Amino acid sequence: MLRACLRGANATARNHCRRSPGTSLQHCRHYTAGESSSGASKVIATGLLTVSGGVGGTILYAKWDHKFRAAVEKNVPYSDRLLGLALGPAPQDVGLPVKNQVELAQPPSMMEKQVKAPKAKSEKKVKDSAGSPAKEPSPVVTQPAQSIEEASAEATHIISAISEVPSVPAPCDTEAAAVKEECKECHDHKDTPAAVHPNAESPSAAEPLKERPVEEVAARLAQQDQEEQDILASVSASLEESLASSAKATLQAIGAQEAALQAITQHTHKLKEAMEAEVPPQEKSAQWKDLEAALADRTCSVNDAGTALLKANEALGALRSVIDDSKGLKIAAVHPLVLAAEENLHNMIVDLDKVVTKVQSAESEAKIVSQYSELVNEAKQQFQREVSSLTPEIQANWKGLTGKLSADDLNALIAHAHRRIDQLNRELAEQRVREQIHIDAALEQQKLEDQKALEKAVNTSLQHVKEDARLEQERKLAELREVMEAEMRTQLRRQAAAHTDHVQDVLKVQEQELRAEADQVLSSKMLEQETRYRQLNQEQLDNFTLDMNTAYARLKGMEEAIDSHVVAEEEARRAHQLWLSVEALNYTLKTADADVPTVPLKSAAEAVRDSCHDNDFAMALASALPEESLHRGVYSEASLRARFNSLRSLARRVALIDESHNSLYQYFLSYLQAALLFEDKQEAPPTQLSREDLDPFKLLSYASYCLEHGDLELAAKLVNQLRGEARRVVEDWLTEARLTLETRQVVSLLSAYANAVGLGTTQAP
Amino acid sequence: MTAGNMAEEHGRKWDRCLADTVLKTATGLGVGIVFSVLLFKRRTWPLAFGSGLGVGMGYTNCQHDFRSPYLIHGRVVKDQ
Repeated sequence: MLRACLRGANATARNHCRRSPGTSLQHCRHYTAGESSSGASKVIATGLLTVSGGVGGTILYAKWDHKFRAAVEKNVPYSDRLLGLALGPAPQDVGLPVKNQVELAQPPSMMEKQVKAPKAKSEKKVKDSAGSPAKEPSPVVTQPAQSIEEASAEATHIISAISEVPSVPAPCDTEAAAVKEECKECHDHKDTPAAVHPNAESPSAAEPLKERPVEEVAARLAQQDQEEQDILASVSASLEESLASSAKATLQAIGAQEAALQAITQHTHKLKEAMEAEVPPQEKSAQWKDLEAALADRTCSVNDAGTALLKANEALGALRSVIDDSKGLKIAAVHPLVLAAEENLHNMIVDLDKVVTKVQSAESEAKIVSQYSELVNEAKQQFQREVSSLTPEIQANWKGLTGKLSADDLNALIAHAHRRIDQLNRELAEQRVREQIHIDAALEQQKLEDQKALEKAVNTSLQHVKEDARLEQERKLAELREVMEAEMRTQLRRQAAAHTDHVQDVLKVQEQELRAEADQVLSSKMLEQETRYRQLNQEQLDNFTLDMNTAYARLKGMEEAIDSHVVAEEEARRAHQLWLSVEALNYTLKTADADVPTVPLKSAAEAVRDSCHDNDFAMALASALPEESLHRGVYSEASLRARFNSLRSLARRVALIDESHNSLYQYFLSYLQAALLFEDKQEAPPTQLSREDLDPFKLLSYASYCLEHGDLELAAKLVNQLRGEARRVVEDWLTEARLTLETRQVVSLLSAYANAVGLGTTQAP
Repeated sequence: MTAGNMAEEHGRKWDRCLADTVLKTATGLGVGIVFSVLLFKRRTWPLAFGSGLGVGMGYTNCQHDFRSPYLIHGRVVKDQ
């Protein structure tokens, strides 16, 4: 209260002095000079009156004129409070509120642990860390109010974000990679003879049809041939025999027949002669004897012929039977013999028949002739009888009666003869009349006989022809058969050849088929075997490959593990190196004595840079160290603290001075203020700065507090809020503090990073 | 920037200022004395005047010295 009053009084006095320094002084002087003797009370009263009048007037005028109010508030330090008390809050103008807002905005953004800035910062940091870590120092610089804890926390966040520490796989032997010992030789297949041997059927064993072996066939054939030969021989022999016999018989018969024929013809001739020839009776009797002889001959020969014929027929029949028998044998080779025999037989029969026909014709002739002769004889006899009847004395041979006969006899005879001639003429006429009929009848008879004979002849000739034809046929057949046989043989040969060809072909085809089949079977079996073999091979190979792969994988794993170990060790070494260098850097920070900066951090920074060639982050950090710290070193916090303490009084003293208030009078006033104002030596800064907190004295006390508690950053932030001359005065302290903070931050980041890297590279047990 | 430059600057300024003022005052006084003795018949007012002048000059100088960081030197740019 007192302070406020004092401040108000001072403000008013200052204001007064500002407005009209001369007059008020004069006033004061005048007043103080004039009223020295009246008494202090008057002076005091007057002064009070003046002061209150001034204040009231100022307030009233401020109420009326806002610009004036603003000016007063601006110029007189604590007038805004007074005016606010008296008049209420000032209407917001452009100039002042902006400043306030700006001033208000910064501390809350710094003081509050607002999400926006740190987030932005962290985002920025993350972005920058991903990209160029060189940008990191700039946000650090621009926002120096970050707490160390925040910085380190964010550093760890960043490090974890861009973690380049390789994750070392634990190279412990897993059970999966256990040696498969049991699988090494596991694929020794027992090679089962899987080849299915086709049952070799003995072809000779189970065939239903037995093919006779060649030898048997040959034997059989030979036997057959032999039999045939035998039969043939026998047949031929028999045939020949019978042929011979039959031939003989036939010849005999033919001879006999010929003889008979001859005899017959002779007889006939003789008969004819005897009939026709008018021969004397002696010769007639001779003739008749001859005739009888001839007849006897004839009969004899005919009988002989007959018997011979019978014999021949018998022989022929035998031959025929033999032929038939031999025919019945059905042997091919017999046939020509048979055929020949048959031909012979036929010929013989034909000859025989011819002869027989001749004989028969001769006989028929003879018969005719005999009939004629009989007729003649009959006639003769009749005539004889007639003659005899007429002339009974004339007997026998009338021809020889020429001399013996009388005229009567002759006349009788002539009459008889004439009668006979008449009779005969009549008979002749009758005969001529009946000639036709007789001729017809005779013709008929003849026809019949002829027919018969014809028939017989036809029959015989037919038979002959038939026989001939048959023989011809037989011959032809035989020929044909031969031809056929030959052809058949050729055909058979051809067929045999064809058959052999066919068989050959078939055999070939069969062979090919069988070969193909066998090949197929073989190939399939081979394929099977091969596939099995290949399969086995492949399996072996696969197993081997698998083993190799596993071994290789393990080897690779081991190598990788070793490499990663090496890498990790390298990393660890590097991390250690980095850590050591960072520690060295850190240590150099401690080499600051009071008021003496540390040694230049250049070498240590060089060492750090050397130990982190590949690490961009560390490189960026190492290069983020400010130049000053490198060349000159930084001040320690203690020195800064000490300096601050000395600076504080100075800052206090120039608290009122700023761009617009910087006359010497202001200086005096500021000094006065500093002398009169008491604030806490140290006051804990609030979490949020308000407008009142922007008072330099307060700021300084906050800063002192922070410094005493080691929070250089906050102290720097607070000090940064100073304005005007005070700010100028603490500028270099602030710079130094910034430098120190920066360096410390970088170093702490580096050390945190080194620690993290070191931790990261440590192998977990 | 050397350490404590600003604070020392302030002190230095004050030193300079005071020294300058004293000097000026003394010089003014001296000149006043001289003028008083020489021209103004040993009146006291030149002394006061001179010392006052000196003080004023010194004050102004001091002020100017203290103000110097805040002074903005501008130039008139003629439109071409």
